[in-house]
Amino acid sequence: MTKWLFALLLLTLLPVNVTAESAEEKGLAIAVEADKRDNGWADQVSRLKMVLRNRRGDQSTRENRSRVLEVNGDGDKSLIVFDSPRDVKGTAFLSYTHAIKPDDQWLYLPALKRVKRISSSNKSGPFMGSEFAYEDISSQEVEKYSYKYLKDERLDGRDTFVIERYPQYKHSGYKRQVVWVDKQMYQPLKIEYYDRKNALLKTLTYHEYQQYLDRYWRSGRMEMVNHQTGKSTTLHWLEYKFQTGLTERDFDRNTLKRAK
Amino acid sequence: MRIVGMRKASYLLVLLSFVFVTPPLVCGGEWSGYIAGEYRYFPHDPIDPRQHGNNYSIAFEPEYYTEWSDGQQSLTIVPYARFDQHDDKRSHFDLREFTWLFAEEVWELRVGIRKLFWGVTESQHLVDIINQTDLVEFPDGEQKLGQPMINLAFIQDWGTIDLFVLPYFRERTFPGVNGRLRSHPRVDVDRARYESSREETHIDCALRWAHSIDYWDIGLSEFYGTSRDPSFILEANTSGENVFIPIYNIIHQTGLDIQATVESWLWKLEVIRRSGQGETYSAATGGLEYTFFGLFDTGADLGLVVEYLYDDRGEDANTPFEDDIFAGVRFTLNDVQSTEALLGIVSDREDEAVVYALEASRRIADSWTLEIDARVYTNISASDPLYSFRNDDFLQLVLAYHF
Repeated sequence: MTKWLFALLLLTLLPVNVTAESAEEKGLAIAVEADKRDNGWADQVSRLKMVLRNRRGDQSTRENRSRVLEVNGDGDKSLIVFDSPRDVKGTAFLSYTHAIKPDDQWLYLPALKRVKRISSSNKSGPFMGSEFAYEDISSQEVEKYSYKYLKDERLDGRDTFVIERYPQYKHSGYKRQVVWVDKQMYQPLKIEYYDRKNALLKTLTYHEYQQYLDRYWRSGRMEMVNHQTGKSTTLHWLEYKFQTGLTERDFDRNTLKRAK
Repeated sequence: MRIVGMRKASYLLVLLSFVFVTPPLVCGGEWSGYIAGEYRYFPHDPIDPRQHGNNYSIAFEPEYYTEWSDGQQSLTIVPYARFDQHDDKRSHFDLREFTWLFAEEVWELRVGIRKLFWGVTESQHLVDIINQTDLVEFPDGEQKLGQPMINLAFIQDWGTIDLFVLPYFRERTFPGVNGRLRSHPRVDVDRARYESSREETHIDCALRWAHSIDYWDIGLSEFYGTSRDPSFILEANTSGENVFIPIYNIIHQTGLDIQATVESWLWKLEVIRRSGQGETYSAATGGLEYTFFGLFDTGADLGLVVEYLYDDRGEDANTPFEDDIFAGVRFTLNDVQSTEALLGIVSDREDEAVVYALEASRRIADSWTLEIDARVYTNISASDPLYSFRNDDFLQLVLAYHF
């Protein structure tokens, strides 16, 4: 009996001993696996509803529609069209994300009919006045961070890897992020954002995960809380659709002008 | 008479649209738009006693949009109306848009009345030539009239080629006798003259190539047709009053606009060369914009804009911006109310005239916005085209409801 137990113990320890990977390697391996599992969805279309709350609990709502094109070997392309507040209706934001070099971003202003190329150095700036920064919602390429595995932990009844990641791109508002990655889905359940002074700034939690095309997990609701200001933002992702047949052409500057 | 001509053209377009686009009218669509109340405060007495002081005005711009065949075709209708307390020329109606769009994989066809914009600079828009300026709206000339057009765009890997046929010309609007922010003497729009015997039915054409390469955005354009900005001659009308008569020449204009977006820097240049309106001339606007993002660890941005405005006709130019410097500071709070403010000055290097400009806006609740605009004209010499504005410093408040 003890012999058998000992053998079992040895067996479970074996992989760790054989590979002897460092915490950095294991962190990277988790990120690579997550990226690999979320590969091949081609394009996705969804509606996005944002509820912004200030410290006193006053609410305001923003609605927009998002389209994303998966680009192999580079960051994704995305187009976001604003529906509300009504004064910015028809405003559209086109972004070609890149792993390390700066993203290309254009803004279409419908009142002036003007397409403006804008600086993408504002990665840490608030997206539509919310608690989400541009860098929180843009495409999460493996190369954007370096990684370190911290520990395994149970979070709300689910097994997770806890990894720490450090932004490698310029102009990040963060020194580091701690990510709880679900072991089954290989998707984040929670992210803690630490500002450049290494103080806890925000916590993001993911809820209502659903699987699409029997493969891709997407969260239906994301809650971001800013610990320093007391403000919070809820993102509701609605009507997810995948592989709708979008092409590069749906993400060019001409499309931006007629996005409605 | 001209209004009738315009109506005819509009009816023709409406008719054409019905032929092409019967399906959407039964498919429903969506309405949006705004209604805005405006108040202008002028602290100084007007130059002409027929002009008024403070002024109230209301503008209404609904938009109807519908699309069909999976978004490949769409129809946009945007009428616009303004009612002004004192200026009967400023009270006006326009069809800003009435466009049918057909989009294919490598081309897009647009037929109807439309507004569009070309260019990159902030202080003036030299390259932007397709739409006529609706000058009664605001003295900066950024408000435009709808332009009837057939526009075919070809989208290629090496850029987009846009071809335009512009079958009907729109005359520039100018404030009436009772309006402020006008020239002295006033412009008599009813006696406009044309170089072309076809007058406003001269068929204008334009061609543009635009492309983005890495951090460069480049546009090259060619326009042949009726100049959007008129020259003027001074004449006495039947009642003996001196008035400016607008003259619309047939011009060629080549335009180039370039922007380089490098980190927090935007480098901008617009150059035009125009022939057919007096001596052939060149004009340029060039400068840069630098933004400090996330000022003082907040979400707010502070942008600095500096541009140089040049026209090689010098003091003979029909523009006040022939050797001027624009400097501006832009605050963007990135807050829930989208609070923004731009404070700028345009300074003439020659005659030392300085114009101060403030443009600020903020959302109130979910559906309302408040805009504050102000202009102060100082040190304007008698030879400056802005001399007529010397008593017209103003503060403008616009409260708009968006639906």
